[in-house]
Amino acid sequence: MWQALFDELKDRDFVILAVAMDQPDAARPWVEAALPAYPCLIDRDHHVADLYGLVNVPQAIWIDESGRIVRPPETAGSTDGFRSMDRTRFTLPDEVVAERNRIKALYLDALRDWAERGAQSRHALNEAAVVARLKPAEPAIAIAHAHFRLGQHLLREGRTELAQEHFAQAIQLHPDSWNIWRQTAAKDARGLAAGPEFWARVDALGDRPYYDPVAIDGPARPT
Amino acid sequence: MITVLHEQRASPLPRASADGDALWLERDDIEQATGWSWKPQGLCHGDVCVPLPHGAAGQAIVRGDSLDIAALWRHMGNPVVHDAGGSAWVLGSGSAQRAGALATLEAPDFSLPDLDGQSHRLSDYRGKKVFLATWASW
Repeated sequence: MWQALFDELKDRDFVILAVAMDQPDAARPWVEAALPAYPCLIDRDHHVADLYGLVNVPQAIWIDESGRIVRPPETAGSTDGFRSMDRTRFTLPDEVVAERNRIKALYLDALRDWAERGAQSRHALNEAAVVARLKPAEPAIAIAHAHFRLGQHLLREGRTELAQEHFAQAIQLHPDSWNIWRQTAAKDARGLAAGPEFWARVDALGDRPYYDPVAIDGPARPT
Repeated sequence: MITVLHEQRASPLPRASADGDALWLERDDIEQATGWSWKPQGLCHGDVCVPLPHGAAGQAIVRGDSLDIAALWRHMGNPVVHDAGGSAWVLGSGSAQRAGALATLEAPDFSLPDLDGQSHRLSDYRGKKVFLATWASW
């Protein structure tokens, strides 16, 4: 997904770490088809989601050369446009496609700007701005991650029914986590958790977003 | 066999014993499973030591050379979950700890394998700008 960007920016002390919130066997065919030049890491227990408070994919964090977060977790270029999809024809209205492309281009341009300009990029947020965008602590979420971790362990031990009980607990405690819901949901032949239950849950969001929108400015005006 | 899961560790502990919501571990096993050390001043990690609380309603947290790590873990504000049979335990990290770590703005470190089994640690990439992005097949 980010290969083109990598090719463009690889000489600029810029690395992409792609973390799959996924079982290794599920991720494997995608990685082997794409053969990206950057590291593709497998996070079957969603540890990074626990560490960083992630809820969906794709989300991204920008980290500078000293290891400091310059953009906290946010949606990485995706939009809720898919919710307008015709579910029998699998088509999107043209204006939705255009908006989706615009948002994605905006995000990629910002990323490019940071890769080229580093701390001088206005998209690299100062400390106060990063802190302001961090989500507050929620004890229920921490418990949810513990149940998910246990569930994944139990699944590996073949204790599937018990695993599902803990996954149900995790979902109840952390309903905003699409990572947990989709990872543990029944999958179709393509490995997608995109059946009627998924759409029902998306529809139940109502006005709430599936992907939290990102506040990224467009191109800077020339002075 | 009781297995204790903590952060990215998974430790099978033959000497551990469980009793309801209590998980009794010996000194060495505590260190192996969690990286925390049970010292006279309490449970310690780096510069931090958590003094052992006195058990509620007369329930001791120490029994000979064993410590009810689950009770102490919950006392520290961290989640503890286990399967019904008490054979698999997660000593989780509490929300205050996670939020506190992020608030330092230092990107929390981790190590994950690629599909060839090679480990990659985030902090290995210091000196470069890192775009850490998630994806999934589902």
